[in-house]
Amino acid sequence: MTLLLDVRDLHGLPGGPFAFHLEAGECLVISGPSGIGKSLLLRMIADLDPNEGVLQLEGQTRAEMSAPAWRARVSYLAAESGWWAETVIEHMAPRMAAAPLLSRLGLRPDILEAPVSQLSSGERQRLSLIRALIRNPRVLLLDEPTSALDPGSTTLVEALIAERRAAGMGAIIVSHNPEQAARIATRRFAMTAGQLTELAGP
Amino acid sequence: MNAPSLTPADLALAAALVLASAGLSLLLDFRIHRPMVVASLRMVAQLLLVGQVLRIVFRIGHPIVTLAVLAVMAAAVVYEVGARPERRLAGLWHYMAGGLPTVVCGFAIVVLALLTALSPSPWYDARVAIPLAGIILGNVMNAVSLALNVFFSAAVRERGAIEARLALGATKGQALHGVSTQALRTALIPTINQMAAAGIITLPGIMTGQLLAGMDPIGAAKYQILLMGLMLSGSFAGALLALKLAATRLTDDRHRLRLDRLRPRG
Repeated sequence: MTLLLDVRDLHGLPGGPFAFHLEAGECLVISGPSGIGKSLLLRMIADLDPNEGVLQLEGQTRAEMSAPAWRARVSYLAAESGWWAETVIEHMAPRMAAAPLLSRLGLRPDILEAPVSQLSSGERQRLSLIRALIRNPRVLLLDEPTSALDPGSTTLVEALIAERRAAGMGAIIVSHNPEQAARIATRRFAMTAGQLTELAGP
Repeated sequence: MNAPSLTPADLALAAALVLASAGLSLLLDFRIHRPMVVASLRMVAQLLLVGQVLRIVFRIGHPIVTLAVLAVMAAAVVYEVGARPERRLAGLWHYMAGGLPTVVCGFAIVVLALLTALSPSPWYDARVAIPLAGIILGNVMNAVSLALNVFFSAAVRERGAIEARLALGATKGQALHGVSTQALRTALIPTINQMAAAGIITLPGIMTGQLLAGMDPIGAAKYQILLMGLMLSGSFAGALLALKLAATRLTDDRHRLRLDRLRPRG
């Protein structure tokens, strides 16, 4: 296995120091009570909130990369997706890359032309995953990526993420769902106040 | 040109109309009578005071005295532009983001006009410099406070959208572009509307004043055209600089959105 992301001595708002690593193709699942700081931990890794620590992506330290370059490779998806333009397609870059992924997640082909305001929360959640995947990040930080989805759509999302992992992407996922964690995690962590503990067994 | 002088009886008419309006508001329970009366009293006191001060300043005609008046105006503008937005930056940045652009861009435009188009003799003549500074600063101040107000509230309201862009690798400039555009447009709309309506729907203030003072209509129109150009460019420059400063403070060198640096008003 090749080391993808190495996190050492990371601390900030949700506490710390946190230390863990992620190998290519791995999927870490973090669980823990609401409000403990799981989302803030993901945001710190993406450098979206002030934090300190030594982070390396494939041997390159975060400090020597510009923040946009880091986030293009280590991309964070919030639990509630944000949209900055009127229609879906305006969020997709490159535009053509989005179309083939729609059917994979059970979305209708003409949804790209739809105004964002008319989408259901489940549609938005899947489209925000597509929006991130077409930019080819090395690591995806997913905050409850299937919270608004039915079991069928959840299976499709998990399958697409597994396919990307097989191609070398890594994922760190915050999930409240123990069955989901059991299905997709290569390693599992429990977050308690300011600490991350690795759980035994996948 | 000699303006007709107003007698105390003429002013009493204005006072009577205000009192009648306040009385009507009281009668109909619209509860606007108090602000009406208080604002009227303030206005009378302020204008008479400023009239007296300007009379003395014009008589002395010394540049230091003119400069002192302009400095007081600048201080008032810095305070006022800071008092308006619903949200504000913490600490001294609050005055930096609003006051600095207003004063710098406002005075740059004033000095430019004094040295070129208006060129009174001497160029710093208080009779031209002070009223010109007043109208330009007032206009730039409105634009800057509108720009900051929209920028800060939109940044808070659209945090999810801004951070979604950042999270995918956008720079802070790209992520804030939509919000900045909204803010700049809102800031300039009053001045643009004023220009579009000028002469058709309303006679602008300067022109009205000069017509009442007996100036030739074409001469008055030329003055108004010059001033409108000064106001629009001053407002644009002021709002642009204010947005640049606000965006700088609302983000950091790691391209994060720093809403923690905003405070609600008060």
